[in-house]
Amino acid sequence: MIGLSHYLIISAIIFSIGLVGVLRRRNLLMLFFATEVMLNAVNIAFAAISHYYNDLTGQMFAFFIIAIAASEVAVGLGILIVLYKKYGSLDLDDLASMRG
Amino acid sequence: MYEIVAFYLFSALTIGLFLITVMSKNILYAMTSLAAGMVLISGFFFILGADFLGVVQLVVYVGAIMALYAFAMMFFDATRDIKEKNTNNTLVFLLGGLSALVLVLMFAAPIFSENIQALYPMHEGVGNAQDVGIVLFTKYLVPFEVAALMLLVAMIAGIILAGKKMDQSLTEDMSADDEIMIVKDEK
Repeated sequence: MIGLSHYLIISAIIFSIGLVGVLRRRNLLMLFFATEVMLNAVNIAFAAISHYYNDLTGQMFAFFIIAIAASEVAVGLGILIVLYKKYGSLDLDDLASMRG
Repeated sequence: MYEIVAFYLFSALTIGLFLITVMSKNILYAMTSLAAGMVLISGFFFILGADFLGVVQLVVYVGAIMALYAFAMMFFDATRDIKEKNTNNTLVFLLGGLSALVLVLMFAAPIFSENIQALYPMHEGVGNAQDVGIVLFTKYLVPFEVAALMLLVAMIAGIILAGKKMDQSLTEDMSADDEIMIVKDEK
């Protein structure tokens, strides 16, 4: 039978995939994709806990996470477009202007 | 029985698709596999009995957010492969796995240690969407309105940021425009 720990383990695996993506990616758009992966992993954990404790609070928080992700994408893509217009690239190594 | 089969199928497919998202060099492949993985995650929500959350995941994530990414990719050069200077790969995997493990242990510890009381328990004989609606519009009304305001602010910010210098073309350089002008003049 599938228990709560199964869902928490799958959520942890997906979260670590997203974290590896955030650490190793150099392109800003790919960093956004990795962030979406991490947010989805947390949503799975919330829904699973909500189901196994028979409580609706987890689903409520998942809704607010989805709303925050939507607004993050809207603002972030606007900033990416401005950066691309200014520098012609989305690579973090090209964008680094503060060299010590 | 079906639940077990669906759970393992969805988990294997989701992990594979998200690995493609993280590892792929092509933006188009990464975005497509991310969208497919989000569809499968909504499958997890349906297994867990959170019907409304699954529908919201499909509509907002797969419908709106991925469409937003697809629109934004018109501004960037999506067909070119990304050249990335990768640093130490094994170190990154080790650090990512370890910190994710620490985070999960931190957040899972209170769940397993003590008895959790349901704050807003689900009602028997009431559909999930109805139950969510009752709780959302009574207990969580103020966060709901604040989220609506936040989405409005994000929409205005997105329009203002992306709308600057909209008349300039990004993908074609200025010489291409000049050639068109010259051809027109010759005619």
